[in-house]
Amino acid sequence: MHPAFSVIFLTTLIGVGQGLFLALYTGQLYSVVNVLPVQDSHSFYGLGSLLALVFLVGGLIASVFHLGRPERAWRSAAQWRTSWLSREVIVLPAFMGLTALYGLVHYFDMNPVLFRFSGEFTVDLSLVIGGINTGLAFALFFCTGMIYACIKFLQEWATPLTVLNYVLLGSASGFSLATAFAAYVGSELVTFYGAWAIIITLAAFISRSASLFRNARIKYKSSLRSAIGIRHARIEQKSRGFMAGSFNTREYFHGASAQSFRSLKWIFLVMVFPVPVALISTGLGYGAFPVLALAFAVQYTGLLVERWFFFAQANHPQNLYYQTV
Amino acid sequence: MKQLALVIDLNVCVGCHACVTSCKEWNTSGPAGFMSDMNPYDADPTGTFFNRVQTFEIGVYPNTETVHFPKSCLHCEDPPCVPVCPTGASYKRKEDGIVLVDYDKCIGCKYCSWACPYGARELDENQKVMKKCTLCVDRIYDESLPESERKPACVLACPTSARLFGDVNEPDSVVSTAIRDNGGYQLMPEWGTNPANHYLPRRKTQITIHEDELIRVDNPLKKERQLPMPDADEQTLDDITSW
Repeated sequence: MHPAFSVIFLTTLIGVGQGLFLALYTGQLYSVVNVLPVQDSHSFYGLGSLLALVFLVGGLIASVFHLGRPERAWRSAAQWRTSWLSREVIVLPAFMGLTALYGLVHYFDMNPVLFRFSGEFTVDLSLVIGGINTGLAFALFFCTGMIYACIKFLQEWATPLTVLNYVLLGSASGFSLATAFAAYVGSELVTFYGAWAIIITLAAFISRSASLFRNARIKYKSSLRSAIGIRHARIEQKSRGFMAGSFNTREYFHGASAQSFRSLKWIFLVMVFPVPVALISTGLGYGAFPVLALAFAVQYTGLLVERWFFFAQANHPQNLYYQTV
Repeated sequence: MKQLALVIDLNVCVGCHACVTSCKEWNTSGPAGFMSDMNPYDADPTGTFFNRVQTFEIGVYPNTETVHFPKSCLHCEDPPCVPVCPTGASYKRKEDGIVLVDYDKCIGCKYCSWACPYGARELDENQKVMKKCTLCVDRIYDESLPESERKPACVLACPTSARLFGDVNEPDSVVSTAIRDNGGYQLMPEWGTNPANHYLPRRKTQITIHEDELIRVDNPLKKERQLPMPDADEQTLDDITSW
């Protein structure tokens, strides 16, 4: 497939936003059960939610560039019964809304305690909002992944690993950002987020490697024989029916040379996994914001390459019809 | 349930592209808006087409066959492009099974084109909406046309009648008969899309003639040459038979 930059930015930016929210809420959840110290509502949860929202809005803006007719985008919520894209279109604004609400409740201290149990644990409004929003964050990951995983003849995508990769890569980048953010505001949660960022990054490495391993061994179900229905061992296309380009030749071919395609795979494998893990480990030792920020920047840039590769690797069966001019 | 479709006879198609040009001409002049061409007279021209004819060579020289392969939307009975559409712009008509795009609802997200394994959909670069073969829906029901012309433009244009049009779910229609009699098949059956359009394979018409059939068995001389004239008083076959 031809990777569209709008979709690359959409999926990576909202992944960071979702991951950052999950990180913030994980921190709050741990503090409720008194495992971690309570953070400041204003500077930590309020600003953290704002930061997550900035990434989500960025993703939403990027998605507009993907549409031929953005002024009709409101129509895309209609077919939620059948279309994963439509479901994503519904879940994304809902998630953004609750993230904003979560931040506002924290920032303006409109956070009444709803109930307590065992006299020790208090459940306040933000905890409930955050809990619902956590469900939405995972639902959004699931929708995004299923948009690609549900197309069965794009065999590189049609695997549960696609959904798992979206969850883990988004969460990893969100926790990396949370680590840098905690260092920036001087929170003691830096180590907590840093450790989780490393763990999730390693988990994402395993799952992404598994999908690369799987995709390297794919047996394609379609061939030129099934494409034109002629049972012969040797079929060669002599003409695709036109000499100039068409939508079919632009949309489904990534156009990169085999060499740069291969090298981009190694570039993202290095930038998304080992380099951020090394930088976060280093940064945690010193509690240094610049190193942690660099870790996130490298990982995010790597994820842009990863997403490019994800799209480019998918081999559309229609390409069988366009093998020669 | 009615399912209109094309049956394309690869045995007859000569690859003249008349269906391509006729399709483009009819549909670019239609009420649904023109099919854009970008840079038509410039370097790197491109345009929207519903139908293409491709050419494949089968076998190894000198034992090769050239197969011309017309390719358009197959109007699948279970179209994968329809459920993925987020707006409902892409739909399959219940009354005749034609898969259509509502150009006023399409947001141009291209998701349906990703979900079509045949590459039958094209984004119009000018209108920025997805377009595809309509099976000339604006023509086949037009009662101002004589009944013989209420067929898709490509079918009417084909000089060798390689394209048949009709209801594949009606057992005695011209298309169903052609599929049944000539081994009609679907493209990429492995994805369960159940395309309505069928293709008829290349086939050879042969009769077996044995050597003795080439020689006149009633030739008394067992030789292929003119028989000697019978004598004037001699009986001939004409005298003793009634033909």
